[in-house]
Amino acid sequence: MVCNDFYAEGALTVSLLTLKNVGYQVGKQQILRDISLNIDAGEWVTFAGPSGSGKSTLARIIASLLSRTSGDLTFDGQPIDSYDPIAYRRRVSYGFQQPTLFGETVRDNLAFPYQIRQLPFDEQRAVTALEYVGLAATDLDKAVIDLSGGQRQRVALLRNVIIYPEVLILDEVTAGLDAENKAFVWSLIDHFNQDDGITILTITHDQSEITAAKRLVTIVDGQVVPGGAS
Amino acid sequence: MNLAVNNQSLVLALGLVMIALAIGWKEKLGIDRDMIIGVVRAVIQLFVVGYLLKYVFRIANIWLTAILIFIIIFNAGYNAKQRSGGIPKALPISVGAILISTGVTLGVLMLAGAIKFIPSQMIPISGMIASNSMVAIGLCYRNLNAQFKQERQAVLEKLALGADLKDASRDIVRASIKTGMQPTIDSAKTVGIVSLPGMMSGLIFAGVDPVRAIKYQIMVTFMLMSATSIGSVLACYWAYRGFYNERKQLQVPSN
Repeated sequence: MVCNDFYAEGALTVSLLTLKNVGYQVGKQQILRDISLNIDAGEWVTFAGPSGSGKSTLARIIASLLSRTSGDLTFDGQPIDSYDPIAYRRRVSYGFQQPTLFGETVRDNLAFPYQIRQLPFDEQRAVTALEYVGLAATDLDKAVIDLSGGQRQRVALLRNVIIYPEVLILDEVTAGLDAENKAFVWSLIDHFNQDDGITILTITHDQSEITAAKRLVTIVDGQVVPGGAS
Repeated sequence: MNLAVNNQSLVLALGLVMIALAIGWKEKLGIDRDMIIGVVRAVIQLFVVGYLLKYVFRIANIWLTAILIFIIIFNAGYNAKQRSGGIPKALPISVGAILISTGVTLGVLMLAGAIKFIPSQMIPISGMIASNSMVAIGLCYRNLNAQFKQERQAVLEKLALGADLKDASRDIVRASIKTGMQPTIDSAKTVGIVSLPGMMSGLIFAGVDPVRAIKYQIMVTFMLMSATSIGSVLACYWAYRGFYNERKQLQVPSN
């Protein structure tokens, strides 16, 4: 009912993600305040802002890894709290800056999304995906400790999308990568957005990524900067 | 009885505590107070329990025996809870895990005819089982706390991929169960080679044929293996959920 009232107030269409006055407070410290945003399906939104401004906290709230302490957050027209968090996270996936790869091999990582859904591992799809990101089919059984930083990030990204989510939140996933890997990962994200229709939320400090942003939201001191959202 | 321990020899044996105290004092370990409290508590507790057991064994009442076993289990659970580092519901989890591990182990021993429901057998054996289960559960808790802090990023990533709490915690839970059981497994491997354990040594001191004494020790080894495995598995699987909130988000308990 909350969201119906909200939509009745003005929005013409239902956005995929709607944040209304979202805030996050720890003790007396206000990390985020009054964040209001509409994000439509298929959009690519880039979040920028100084370190400690609250970008990652906001992303984790959207990914349901943290709960907001005030405001409303709806996904696909329903309050986020009405979803089972596990089912929600399978639709709204979150990728980390320095991903931890699980188990021993690349296979362990690409099989994980299938394993948690109790689905059989689609090895052919995994091999196709690996080849798409510039790795070989034989790399499926490569030990994760033998992967370079760029390869680790590619495997982690594949782990997020091997079973398509509707939203992919990427928290500075290109930070620490060399120019070549950075460009490659960015082109992959573009492919997920353009060709697979995945809604993308990226957090970045990289000036070239900020300049190239399709829609930019700047957050400073836990608030969206007026005019910093396009 | 081959062993003669009288009050005078106990007082002389107190000299051994003095050695420990002297080492603690010389090395500035800061544990002198703890050692003295430990020794005083041990002496008082053992004297009280000695007279209590003498009384309980003499009247041989089933209900009194059962009450004493429950007191042992509750105390073991309470002590295990003290090592939980703030894990929610640690007291009911610890008492429940020790109750079941002790109950199952005692039940199997009774069905096998190894022990009878008489106070002189049930109470000491319950104590042995409950205390080993308590130590195992304490180790499990310590490992759960350490691993959830150390592996926080991996757990978050699993949650972010849509893993349920069991999938996100599986590696940590398994490692913690293993940690809880490891001392019992190690001790089973070295029993008779490195150490002659308490029960077996006690029987030999008391003049029992060593071949007969080892049979008791084999039974003890089996029962401790069962008790620590059941206790560790139950405590870990009941406790890991305390590391998440109702929205299935990771929260490391505060001590």
